[in-house]
Amino acid sequence: MSSVKTLQEKINYDKTFDCVQCGYCLPACPTYETMERETHSPRGRINLVKMVAEGKAAIEDLQEPIEKCLGCMACTTVCPTDVQYGEILEGAKEVIEDNQVKSKTQQKTEQFLFESFFPSKGWMDTLGNATWLYQKTGVQKIARSFHLTKVAPMNLDQFEKVLPDLPSPKERKRRAKRFIRKRPATAKVAFFTGCVMDSMFFDTNQNTIELLLRSGTEVVLPEQQTCCGALHAHSGKIDQSRELAKENIKAFEEEQVDYIVNNAGGCGARLIEYHHLFEEGTEWYERAKQFVAKVKDITEVLAELDQINYTKPVEKTVTYQPSCHMSNVQKVKQPPRQLMDKIPGLTLKELDRPDFCCGSAGIYNILNYEDSMDVLDVKMKDVCSTQPEGIVTTNPGCLLQMKLGIEREGASEDMEAVHLVDLLAQAGPVGKWE
Amino acid sequence: MNEWIEALQKHLPEKQIMTDLADRHSYSFDASFGEYLPEIVVQAKNKGEVVQIVKIANEHQIPIYPRGQGTCLSGGPLPVNGGIVLDLSQWPEEIDVSADDLTVTVSPSVLTANIDKAAREHGLMYAPDPSSAHVATIGGNLAENSGGPRGLKYGVTKDFVLGLELVTPEGEIIRTGGKTIKNVTGIDLTKLLVGSEGTLGVITEATLKLVPKPPAVQTLMAVFDDVRLAGQAISRTLTSGILPSKMEFMDQACIRAVENFQPAGLPTDAAAIVIIELDGHPETLSIEKELIQDIMKNIGARDTVIPESQEDAAKIWHSRKQVSPAIAKIKPTKVSEDATVPRSKIPDMMDRLKEIKERHNVEIVVFGHAGDGNLHPNVLCDKRDQEEMGRVELAVEEIFQAAIDLGGTLSGEHGIGTMKAPFMENELGEVGLDMMRRIKDAWDPNGIMNPGKIFPEKGQKLVLRSE
Repeated sequence: MSSVKTLQEKINYDKTFDCVQCGYCLPACPTYETMERETHSPRGRINLVKMVAEGKAAIEDLQEPIEKCLGCMACTTVCPTDVQYGEILEGAKEVIEDNQVKSKTQQKTEQFLFESFFPSKGWMDTLGNATWLYQKTGVQKIARSFHLTKVAPMNLDQFEKVLPDLPSPKERKRRAKRFIRKRPATAKVAFFTGCVMDSMFFDTNQNTIELLLRSGTEVVLPEQQTCCGALHAHSGKIDQSRELAKENIKAFEEEQVDYIVNNAGGCGARLIEYHHLFEEGTEWYERAKQFVAKVKDITEVLAELDQINYTKPVEKTVTYQPSCHMSNVQKVKQPPRQLMDKIPGLTLKELDRPDFCCGSAGIYNILNYEDSMDVLDVKMKDVCSTQPEGIVTTNPGCLLQMKLGIEREGASEDMEAVHLVDLLAQAGPVGKWE
Repeated sequence: MNEWIEALQKHLPEKQIMTDLADRHSYSFDASFGEYLPEIVVQAKNKGEVVQIVKIANEHQIPIYPRGQGTCLSGGPLPVNGGIVLDLSQWPEEIDVSADDLTVTVSPSVLTANIDKAAREHGLMYAPDPSSAHVATIGGNLAENSGGPRGLKYGVTKDFVLGLELVTPEGEIIRTGGKTIKNVTGIDLTKLLVGSEGTLGVITEATLKLVPKPPAVQTLMAVFDDVRLAGQAISRTLTSGILPSKMEFMDQACIRAVENFQPAGLPTDAAAIVIIELDGHPETLSIEKELIQDIMKNIGARDTVIPESQEDAAKIWHSRKQVSPAIAKIKPTKVSEDATVPRSKIPDMMDRLKEIKERHNVEIVVFGHAGDGNLHPNVLCDKRDQEEMGRVELAVEEIFQAAIDLGGTLSGEHGIGTMKAPFMENELGEVGLDMMRRIKDAWDPNGIMNPGKIFPEKGQKLVLRSE
């Protein structure tokens, strides 16, 4: 096979023909709106992929447009011809990644980040602990010790401002790994804790377990679980993403459960597409399919089981920033709204454009800080026009980004960002069976 | 670097100039066929910038191609001879509704659907509704004189334009028409400019007519076992004293494609369906609904469906909207035509299309705005198959000829652009086309405004095959 053929296959040349270039994706694309050129639109990117496959442009020409894509997948919800943009984007990232000549430092940093840092419970605990230490002692720029600053030298301090309060390392270590019920369980659930969620949003994870238990389920936290691999795939490291998928599939196969539950829209979107990483017909494809069939967002499970009464009114007006990956990839749109509807006293004022990305997009806001802030500013204008006291989200990245948005607007006196799970926990959840 | 590029750089903010290969490729295409790499892409955000850009282009005799959101189906914005793509889509949206005058004044970048949205806040309506109205700019709609389903009752874009502001190919600003419904002051330059496909200048502002928003709508669907009957039913309805706002046609291939794609409960054994929308006062609608049902029954329709709820009505219209994506599943490449015939000739046109399909062994499906004779025969093919594309070229040529033979026209609403230019003389005759060309030459002495469109080069032929 010639190298042109190999490139065409890898970059999904065939799939680009599904795009009829009608332009219906343009009004849905956040970066087309903020960057003001077709080069940063889905139609433009797909065309460039095609140009590269046909040898009319170089891989280098493709790099920036692809890197600046948020991957929010809003385009796929309006595409009249069902173009597989996600696959085209991932293929392009892989080709760019393979083609890139990187400096030694960059290689080492990435190696550390993707091979050790995100998949590692140890490192994630350390991040949680270090953040805790940072908060408790005021040590400056702890993040630098993780070499994160080499990836994004200028802006991590922006994010440090909005990190949540963390429980002490002792508290985090003490958590049980299995919650058995004496009564018959409504369902058996395995909880996918997520790496960032479990280190930086430990309380949210605790609340998730609490809500699951109050729903009458049995909960288990498989110990061998690891990072979902979303960030790896976003960076074109498909092989690593695939390895992590295998580890997770193995870890969760050990437990006979009804649901594999997560509370991070971005992780959920990766978990639910694990079968795309394997060739159809292979053993791993089948195992992935079985895994995927059980993957659910926490809001889906809570809404479906419907076993909780919320007893404590939350007298607040909030708006809701849905996670793009949750809406557009997992296609979970109504359950979060149904749950908010059950909280007494709560008023939900919908955004004018809830489906417009907040600009967080995995680690996009770290890698492309300026572009991400342009997207965030559009979002915050919409948020502010609803005059909420709270912004509800369903994904850690969105949550941090919304906190940052509130800071940037100077509105931290008026509103706060909160994960839906934490809001539900505030509302006095009591099991209907209790 | 070229002198003219330097001149552009001097007069425009850096962000509005693109010379990178990736950017130039991104403006090399539209929703039709072919890709042509421009030397530069510039974005104008006000009329002062347009004047500067056009003056530089004219002085240096560099071709210039105005562009909205690039949804054109006939190649209007394609930079076929290289030069400058002038992107107007990033101009800040300005919509100024003058409710008491029933007019609205807009900037060229406004998305067409937003005009109607703004009008509705005042109980008014902007009627032209091309299916891309939520993406396409009014500037592009004006240049192409876009239509849409509601064209049947309300007319097309040109019927809603009262006045224009234009930057001429020599960089001068002129205003045509005005803000009044009646205006016979001199030759009607407004109508000349609408539909001139960007060959006579750059539209920088438009004053459009609004109409009262109808208080209610009513949907009906008639099912036919014979395509000819469907055609007759359309003429019969329109001569019975009823003017529906829309009359849409789908042939069996379209019905089946939609049902395979996203089942909506359409009758897959029917030869054709006609979807009708009435608008007006609710009491009138309930009478007209009965009348149409009788007409359909008398003419021999198998069935007339009246949706019980708004959701059911929306479902029927959704299935019509699904035609485009559904037929794209049959084959990846869609050559979408808009040959239009007098309404009484729809059955004959359907027969001709069937013959063409069989003669060249190509896949043709037909849907469209049958109420005004504007059919959309779509040839479905695969542009990677050179042999097939050769047959498609022949079929498309014959579709154009069939429309002309039946007293119709090459294009009802998509425009001539590059693809239909070779057939212009067939419809207009040598002198007719020459008169058109003389107007163009008088307006644009250096031939810089959107060259390669409407007017064929000597010996130009339809080409759908790539090299």
